[in-house]
Amino acid sequence: MICQECKQRPATMHFTKIINGEKTEFHLCEHCAQERGEVFMFHENGGFSIHNLLAGLLNFDSPIKETKPSAFQGIELLQCERCNMTYHQFTKIGRFGCSNCYYAFVKQLQPILKRLHSGNTTHAGKIPRRIGGTIHIRKQIEHLKQKLQDFIVKEEFEKAAEVRDQIRFLESQLSAHGEGD
Amino acid sequence: MSLEKFLNTAVSSWMSQEGPDSDIVLSSRIRLARNIVDYEFPTVFSNEEAQEIVERFEQAFAWQSHRSAGRFELLKMNELQPIEKRVLVEKHLISPHLAEDCPFGACLLSENEEISIMINEEDHVRIQCLFPGLQLTEALEMANELDDWIEMHVNYAFDEKRGYLTSCPTNVGTGLRASVMMHLPALILTQQMNRIIPAINQLGLVVRGTYGEGSEALGNIFQISNQITLGKSEEDIVEDLKSVVQQLIAQERMAREALVKTLNIQLEDRVFRSYGILANSRVIESKEAAQCLSDVRLGIDLGYIKNISRNILNELMILTQPGFLQQYAGGALRPNERDVRRATLIRERLKMEERKAMESDE
Repeated sequence: MICQECKQRPATMHFTKIINGEKTEFHLCEHCAQERGEVFMFHENGGFSIHNLLAGLLNFDSPIKETKPSAFQGIELLQCERCNMTYHQFTKIGRFGCSNCYYAFVKQLQPILKRLHSGNTTHAGKIPRRIGGTIHIRKQIEHLKQKLQDFIVKEEFEKAAEVRDQIRFLESQLSAHGEGD
Repeated sequence: MSLEKFLNTAVSSWMSQEGPDSDIVLSSRIRLARNIVDYEFPTVFSNEEAQEIVERFEQAFAWQSHRSAGRFELLKMNELQPIEKRVLVEKHLISPHLAEDCPFGACLLSENEEISIMINEEDHVRIQCLFPGLQLTEALEMANELDDWIEMHVNYAFDEKRGYLTSCPTNVGTGLRASVMMHLPALILTQQMNRIIPAINQLGLVVRGTYGEGSEALGNIFQISNQITLGKSEEDIVEDLKSVVQQLIAQERMAREALVKTLNIQLEDRVFRSYGILANSRVIESKEAAQCLSDVRLGIDLGYIKNISRNILNELMILTQPGFLQQYAGGALRPNERDVRRATLIRERLKMEERKAMESDE
C-alpha cells in the first residue's frame, strides 16, 4: 500500500478515526504521519524511554494504595528536605533530585529496587577508594570479629589473641581516619 | 575535503581496529555512572551548580594525561555546532540526551576516542570505555582506573548499602552498564533470533538495535547489555554478560556454517548482489545500505569477498548516518540529498579498497 499523502513511500501506519460515529480510514507513511501530526505517541528521540516505563511502574502502586487514603496521601506528601523533590514528583519523572532522596524515600524505595534489580537491595560491588576508606576497614573488622568468635568457641585462644590484635590495629586506624575527616 | 582525509579524522580506533572475536563482536562498552556528593543531581540542579561542575572538571582534567588513556580534550555542548554534536552521537561517544537536552553538558574525550567521560548528563559523571571486539574485562579495568583517577578530585555520592547513588534507581549500586555490539546475520537469516531474544531477556540482559532504546536492528547489529546494577559485583555482571555473548558467538558461527553448507551458491549470490548495489547505486537509503553492508561483511567473514577490509561495516554504518554525511558535505542536507551523498560515499570508499588491493598485488 502506498502512502495517501506523498504517494511515494509505502504506507506503514494505518489510522482509523471515529468522529461523531463517522468512521474514516487512512494510510500514511511514517514521514507524512508525523508531518500531519497524526502520530502523537512518537517524538524525535523515539519517545518511549526507560523513564516513562519506570514512571509507569512506580505509578502502578497508586490504585492499590488508594484503598487506604490516609497512607496514600502520606506518601504523596513525602518530600526530600535537601532538594525539595516530592515522592509524587519522583513517580512522575522516575529520577531522583539528589543523593538525599535515597534516604528521604527509603521505605518506598525498598520494593522498587527489588522489582528493578530482581530482588536485590544491597550493593555488592566496588567501594570508592578514597571516601570509601573507612568502609573497607569496617567491613574487615566485622569479618575479623566473626573469626574471633569462632576461635573462642573452638578454644583456640592463641589465634584469637592474634585476631584481637588485628582488630585493635584496624580500630586505631579507623579512629585516626575519623580525626582526619 | 578528500574522503581519505575525512576518514582519518572521522574514524575512532574502535571502528578501525580489530579485537578478539571481531568477526562477530564489533565493540565492547563499559559505562560507569557517578555523582558528586556536593551537588544536586542533573534532574534538578541549578545552572550555577552545573557550570561549577564543568569548571571543576575543566581545571582538573582538560589536557591532562592519564597513565594509560593519554590526553583528554574537553568539549562543551553549548560550544558545538548541531552537526558536530550529531557526529559524536553517531560515533557513540556521547548520548543523544547529552547532545540535545543538556545545555551545560560536556565531554572529556581521549585522543584515540576509546574513552569519553560525559559530564552533566543524567548523572554528573558517566565514564565510558569503548573497545573493539570482545574486550569487556579490559574495558572494565580501564573504566575502574579512570574512576579512581576522577575520585582523587571529587567526592562521590556513595552509600554503604545502596552503592553509588545515581539519579535513576535503575543504575544504583555499581552504576555499571556493560554492553556489546554484535553482528548476527546468520541467526537472523535462519530465523533463530526471535527465539533467542526472549531467552536472553530472562537472564536479566537486554537486547536492542544499534542506536539504543527502541531502535530497530539496522544491518543485523544488536546491542546486548546488563539490566541489573545492584546486588552483583562489577566482575560478576561482566562475566555473566560475557558468557551469554560467547554462547551467541558459538550459535552464530554454527548458523553460518549451516548456511554455507545448505545454500552456498545462493548465499554467495546474495553477498555479491549486495556488493553490486553498494558499488553501483546512485541513491541509497540508510536501511538498504545497512542491509547490504551486513551482507558484504558476512561475505568477507565467509571468504567469498577478498581484498576488502573487514572493518568496512563498522566504519560505513557510522559514516553513512545523517550527521556524518552532512559533515562530509560541509552543510545541511535534505533527506533525498543524503541518500545521494550516502551512495557516493560508499562507492568512493569501495574504490579506495580496490585501489589498495591493486597496490598490494603489484
